[in-house]
Amino acid sequence: MQLERSHIYGVLAEFETPEQLTEAVKKTREAGYRRIDAYTPFPIEGLAQAMGLKRNNVPLITLIGGLAGGLGGFGFQYWVSAISYAENIGGRPLNSWPAFIPVTFELTVLGASLCAVFGMLALNGLPQPHHPVFNVHRFLHASSDRFFLLIEARDQKFHLTDTARFLQGLHPHHVNEVSDD
Amino acid sequence: MSAGQPPLDSPEIRRLTPVLGPGHTFGSISDKISSIVLTRPTSFGWFAGFAIAFSLTAVMTIAIGWLIIKGVGIWGINIPIGWGFAIVNFVWWIGIGHAGTLISAILFLLNQKWRTSINRFAEAMTLFAVACAGIFPLIHTGRPWMAYYMFPYPSTMGLWPQFRSPLIWDVFAVSTYGTVSLLFWFVGLIPDLATLRDRALSKPKQIIYGILAMGWRGSVRHWHRYQSAYLLLAGLATPLVLSVHTVVSFDFAIAIVPGWHTTIFPPYFVAGAIYSGFAMVLSIAIPLRKAYGLEDFITMRHLDNMAKVMLATGLIVAYGYFFEFFLSLYSGNKFDVFLVQQRLHGPYAHFYYALILCNILLPQSLWSYKLRHNVVFLFVMSIVVNIGMWLERFVIVVISLTRDFVPSAWGRYQPTVWDWATFIGTIGMFVTLLFLFVRVLPAISIAEMRELVAETSEGEK
Repeated sequence: MQLERSHIYGVLAEFETPEQLTEAVKKTREAGYRRIDAYTPFPIEGLAQAMGLKRNNVPLITLIGGLAGGLGGFGFQYWVSAISYAENIGGRPLNSWPAFIPVTFELTVLGASLCAVFGMLALNGLPQPHHPVFNVHRFLHASSDRFFLLIEARDQKFHLTDTARFLQGLHPHHVNEVSDD
Repeated sequence: MSAGQPPLDSPEIRRLTPVLGPGHTFGSISDKISSIVLTRPTSFGWFAGFAIAFSLTAVMTIAIGWLIIKGVGIWGINIPIGWGFAIVNFVWWIGIGHAGTLISAILFLLNQKWRTSINRFAEAMTLFAVACAGIFPLIHTGRPWMAYYMFPYPSTMGLWPQFRSPLIWDVFAVSTYGTVSLLFWFVGLIPDLATLRDRALSKPKQIIYGILAMGWRGSVRHWHRYQSAYLLLAGLATPLVLSVHTVVSFDFAIAIVPGWHTTIFPPYFVAGAIYSGFAMVLSIAIPLRKAYGLEDFITMRHLDNMAKVMLATGLIVAYGYFFEFFLSLYSGNKFDVFLVQQRLHGPYAHFYYALILCNILLPQSLWSYKLRHNVVFLFVMSIVVNIGMWLERFVIVVISLTRDFVPSAWGRYQPTVWDWATFIGTIGMFVTLLFLFVRVLPAISIAEMRELVAETSEGEK
């Protein structure tokens, strides 16, 4: 079934092994396609590099979360113990900082962990109720034993028949058009 | 592997006892693990086990309900023994949780492949153990409905918690530990939830797993960030797990009570925690692999490695006992010396000897290769160590509190039926949660097992 171009999200090729997929990704990028994505049931070493992905922002967000948790935690304990509820007990120092370290440490870890997880989910755009690739029935295998390569219709070079023919040339198991609704 | 045993850790042994049984593909892994949850009918054994565990949970509910009506007077605690079972059980449960984090975080950082098939349920065990642990200090406050006083919130009374108190450190350590363990566990589950969503045949399952999977589709970009986040979480959970039992040990070590006021407590508590935790992982893994036919995934290599970790941490614990003993005598402090005498000859001496037997003497049998590969023996030994570690906390809490500085402050401690009901009830709750977990979520990480398949097949090429 040929869909009209405006209703096409992209073309999806299915491969049987991670090596075939990595090879296909390299060739697709060499052919000049840029708006591509790959879907795998587990993380594959070298695939992110083949896709041209570099660093991501999760570590930075985690660092910010950790700093905020630690500094905020210590600052709060200082404020409580030395300013808001200062109690002079036998002349002991109000800013008894060694006693504040355990809570400061725990809040550093808590802030960093929350930011790592929710930062990762936010950058990934999850939760996302629907995505066009799920329109392809065989995509069910993307979470168990098959490896998929998608070329999006938004790509400058995208041409429905040419792109599909190009993907066929990579010897996939299947090629499917992905409808956009 | 009977006669003519090859040397331990030789390549031959590694081949005979791999971390994954032979002949598995990406598809077979997905099928086998997800079928336990999706297609396999619930067995009679599951219902029977669940019924027993749930009855015990009901006992716990009754015990806690009665406690709320009558107050902590229904327990055996009194001055001078204000802590009793509640704190013994709290420390015991928290310690059990630590092996889950150790397996999932520290072994991940050390790139130990054998962790893969045991990390998921070990993490679940951590969560459930922390849930059981959390109950005790909460109900021990006597007015659990006022427990929110421990959190810093802007109250109309203008009061704030005392941040210099180890008990407040404990609140932060345990709640952070619970939260981070939950995050770690859930992040690990996301790809597997997507697998279950895609393989579920009934609409309700598709919807529930679909919501939990949050639209995960395995995009390379997502995996890229996912791996960063997972690695960072592992790096964060590692010092966290060490800090949690350190803080728990501060509850004791910061006090001046004889037998508690010692700097060896933090490392020796952490080692003890890992010791009891690995014992509990074995106690769960051995029946689990049998019941669900997971011998290919949880192989003898896993059981053997866990037994070795138990042996090693058990020796650290033994070292801790020895130095606790030695330093008390060497210090010349008469209260510390007296405490050692009380441990050896006092009214609770039989607990101390039982502890030495369970934690130090019997586990030495694990030096034997044959015994480590005897599944029934390992199971029994894991239970022995769990009992031993419970006795350790009992000895620490009760002997010190019954024998402090002046004879007029001495006392005795006798747990009541309600103490026992609460304790056994939390074991019931723990087992109930485990039963539910293996029924509705994959007990082994499917995505990580696929990685293992990819790596082992590369190795064969």
